[in-house]
Amino acid sequence: MSAAATALTGKSADRPGFWANPIGKKAVMAVTGFVLFGFVIGHMVGNLQVYLGPEKLDAYAEFLQKTKGLLWGARITLLTCVILHVTAAFQLAGLQNKARPQKYVKKTSAGSSYASRTMYWSGPILLAFIIYHLMHFTTGQAHPDFQPGMVYRNVVTGFQSVPASLAYIVAMLMLGTHLYHGIWSMFQSVGINHPKYTPLFKKLAAVMAAVLVGGNVSIPVAVMTGLIR
Amino acid sequence: MKLTLHIWRQKNASSAGKMVRYETDASEHMSFLEMLDVLNERLIAQGEEPVAFDHDCREGICGSCGFVINGVAHGPLPSTTVCQLHMRHFKDGDELYLEPWRAAAFPVIKDLVVDRSAFDRIIAAGGYISVSTGSAVDANALPVRKKDSDMAMDAAQCIGCGACVAACPNASASLFMSAKISHLGLLPQGQPERMERALNMVAAANEELFGSCTNIGECEAVCPKGIRLEFIARMNRDFLKASWTFRADRVEGD
Ligand code: HEM
Ligand code: SF4
Ligand code: FES
Repeated sequence: MSAAATALTGKSADRPGFWANPIGKKAVMAVTGFVLFGFVIGHMVGNLQVYLGPEKLDAYAEFLQKTKGLLWGARITLLTCVILHVTAAFQLAGLQNKARPQKYVKKTSAGSSYASRTMYWSGPILLAFIIYHLMHFTTGQAHPDFQPGMVYRNVVTGFQSVPASLAYIVAMLMLGTHLYHGIWSMFQSVGINHPKYTPLFKKLAAVMAAVLVGGNVSIPVAVMTGLIR
Repeated sequence: MKLTLHIWRQKNASSAGKMVRYETDASEHMSFLEMLDVLNERLIAQGEEPVAFDHDCREGICGSCGFVINGVAHGPLPSTTVCQLHMRHFKDGDELYLEPWRAAAFPVIKDLVVDRSAFDRIIAAGGYISVSTGSAVDANALPVRKKDSDMAMDAAQCIGCGACVAACPNASASLFMSAKISHLGLLPQGQPERMERALNMVAAANEELFGSCTNIGECEAVCPKGIRLEFIARMNRDFLKASWTFRADRVEGD
């Protein structure tokens, strides 16, 4: 094919495809981030049943375990999302590191949020937390006294350990900062920005981040203060 | 007013540079570049090498000037190029750090001067429209919605100074690219190439050493021409649409 034909067909070998392009990767991060965001809301609402007592929470857990289609459907979807989200994050991080080899002697931020500048910190910390969390309450290796099926009891004994509770609280603060930026950023990444709606997305992000941190952090705090036992 | 300056001095593209301290006097009526002119005259008189910095119009319209002052591209005044920044915005005794744009895609040539030809290559990849030869069409023969012409003009304000790249923690060129893609993509004359423009300019930027956008907004905060993040969303939209739906034109013998 001649050079002119290449330009016209657009099938140039050196024009990177969707995934090879940062904008494409960001769109994938936005969509997978959106799914994960939906999950963390549902997950928190489910967890808050801890305040309704052992019967309710354990029954809810049993329902999830029994509904195999839902359980595995959710697990596969979430795992796919995490893999895509994290792969894109690490690949883009590689790009950022190469893009500014020489740092500024003095750098002042002129108008960005702390949360937005620390996405590449809050993200990996969340990844470490997700692994720990699964080993703590799902598979049990990181739990001092894990009893399969006894979810309420596992939560209480798990959070009676102060280091474990602190780890959860820190991780939830990270989730809050990640989503404080992420929830509005995902719209921007797929091309949605409008003077009417973007300010609303930013408010939604702040509110949802606060709700998620508050709701989730309340559980270890309630155990440590003896409110639930 | 007395000032202490710490300026990045680098002999040429291949040598290592360092920050050098200077004491100088300035009047509050001077522009920032005039303040440096005065310093340079003194350096020349002393037989030293003057500080190299880019400048041309000194009216805030050409995009030649620009360096980082105390960590902010084009200095502390919003929507202002460094040539339009005046010393009255500083105080007697201020200590100022002047550094060139820092980005792998913008290698330093000398002192505060960087090579921004990466921008030229992005423009060349898609910053054009097709115009038929013959006599020019009447300017008002082609209706353009006021909203679109306003937005296109907003995007067309970009002077290609590179401050957005310099300020971005990822050294991403998204704000610049989005201004160029939106400027033509908003107007009827820019429609025939709209999809390929997005694909080609984004691909050209990929060939350079820019980072990727994380929607942080430092670029918007320092841009002397008020280019907004909204344009980046518009570029993302055009790129995503083009990469899913673009159909190549059929070429003879293909
Ligand atoms: C519960 C888990 C998570 C949720 C709900 C979540 C959600 C999100 C959302 C909504 C975005 C914004 C996407 C965009 O701007 O297009 C985002 C961005 C990001 N996420 Fe996550 N994420 C999660 C886990 C992770 C993990 C485990 C990592 C790490 C390795 C990570 C790394 C990142 C990074 C680096 C960004 C910024 C990407 C960019 O702006 O270029 N995230 N996340
Ligand atoms: S978008 Fe603004 S900061 Fe970036 S090159 Fe154009 S005028 Fe300069
Ligand atoms: S010298 Fe032309 S914009 Fe500053």
